[in-house]
Amino acid sequence: MSNTDDISQDLRVLPLDSWHRARNARMVPFAGHAMPVQYDGIIAEHLWTRENAGLFDVSHMGQLLIAAPGADQPLAQAALEALLPIDLATLGQGAQRYSLLLNDQGGILDDLMVTRWSDGFFLVVNGATKHADIAHISARLPAGVTLTERSDHGLLALQGPRAAQALASLVPAAPDDLWFMTADTYRWNGVDLHISRSGYSGEDGFEIAVPIPAIAAFADALAEHPAVRPIGLGARDSLRLEAGLPLYGHDLTPDIDPVEADLRFALAQRRRREGGFPGHARIMAALAHGPGRRRVGLVLDGRMAAREGAVVLVGETPVGTVTSGGFAPSLGYPIAMALLDVAHTAPDTALTIDVRGRRIAARVVPMPFVPHRYHRKGVA
Amino acid sequence: MPRYFTRDHEWIEADGSSARVGITDYAQGQLGDITFVEVPAVGASLTKGDSAAVVDSVKAASDVYAPVGGTVTAINTALEDAPDLVNSAAESDGWLWDMDLADPTELDGLLDAAAYAELVAGQ
Repeated sequence: MSNTDDISQDLRVLPLDSWHRARNARMVPFAGHAMPVQYDGIIAEHLWTRENAGLFDVSHMGQLLIAAPGADQPLAQAALEALLPIDLATLGQGAQRYSLLLNDQGGILDDLMVTRWSDGFFLVVNGATKHADIAHISARLPAGVTLTERSDHGLLALQGPRAAQALASLVPAAPDDLWFMTADTYRWNGVDLHISRSGYSGEDGFEIAVPIPAIAAFADALAEHPAVRPIGLGARDSLRLEAGLPLYGHDLTPDIDPVEADLRFALAQRRRREGGFPGHARIMAALAHGPGRRRVGLVLDGRMAAREGAVVLVGETPVGTVTSGGFAPSLGYPIAMALLDVAHTAPDTALTIDVRGRRIAARVVPMPFVPHRYHRKGVA
Repeated sequence: MPRYFTRDHEWIEADGSSARVGITDYAQGQLGDITFVEVPAVGASLTKGDSAAVVDSVKAASDVYAPVGGTVTAINTALEDAPDLVNSAAESDGWLWDMDLADPTELDGLLDAAAYAELVAGQ
């Protein structure tokens, strides 16, 4: 058998490294860190999160504060709008929004979350790209606007239908106050927790920035709740795949623009009109003429999964490539995301995928594969 | 019956000139939840070291190599509906295929249980 697990040296250690190991986590290298890929098993952890609450350590992700003097942060707002196709004028205090860091061709350098705090804009960026992001952003900030990496904080995600109940046992106000994509600061045991109602599983849930000296105690306190179990990166990936959420470095790359990635919602209407973000002209052309290729969801026949790089065909003609895929534990069959020639992206289009020389039948389906269950404002 | 192991984490149990092949309990533990097993066709001719089967887990697909050469005589059809037998019983009910051996002396180059245990302990 071939075997891939290879813990090498030069890995950064998470603040909760010994916490994970004490819970029998299998640690693997990911984004330059030793990360827990699983504890009990990916399927059990995945299903637990869909039914209860999963606790994920995502402290490898970058937490950045972009700030400038002045109450409404006009300088910082302008600096960020020069890099992202986001409308920050409509982002109120404590509101969070998804955005894309773009290169001059409109290709995606990273996907990220932006939250307006009273003292600046808080960004959460991917772990594998954070150093490049920091360099990219820092080089483009005008005088007076600063970028600070909040490396003194870890980041935990609590996801699942019982996440609110579990968090309420420690921070009762947060689940009452927060809707999907809003955030605030709360006090727990003498430390400030920055909590947003968001995540990467498709479920209701929270992401919680915790000062590193308090993070083990906070994780312990959460894990004491009967609904909560620690969940590894393996289930994080299968949950986000079922939720139709792209994974940077796989479904999104510098060669893929937001229209191809089917992330038009991240292109704010005012910014489309006014421009002023990298790649604006090319992205507007793609919006006007339609993209040549587009990210879609695929459902596969049988049980064999197709993974990144597998060629998608119509008859004998290649029409695209799988960008990520795997067995969907909540569905019981394999699913994938693929970047396909737009002529073959209509729902129910019949395709085949070459998986190690075998042809697997597949069809295009709308995403998400598993419905989102966010706690949205105005929805019961 | 003698059971041998490979450095790639297959086991093979020989009975005269025929044998049964699977992956080790250590290997299934490394792979995690197994969702699909692609076994070779009955009648397929295998050369030692060929990729003969694929074990698909939630994490990744892994090749299973033929520990020795020969001809496939039977496959474990129970794995079609229950691939997780490889997780729960890798070295018994989760076997992959039976084969007739082309050259039983090829077994001599494999590890015995003690040598395999030592290999795994060092990983």
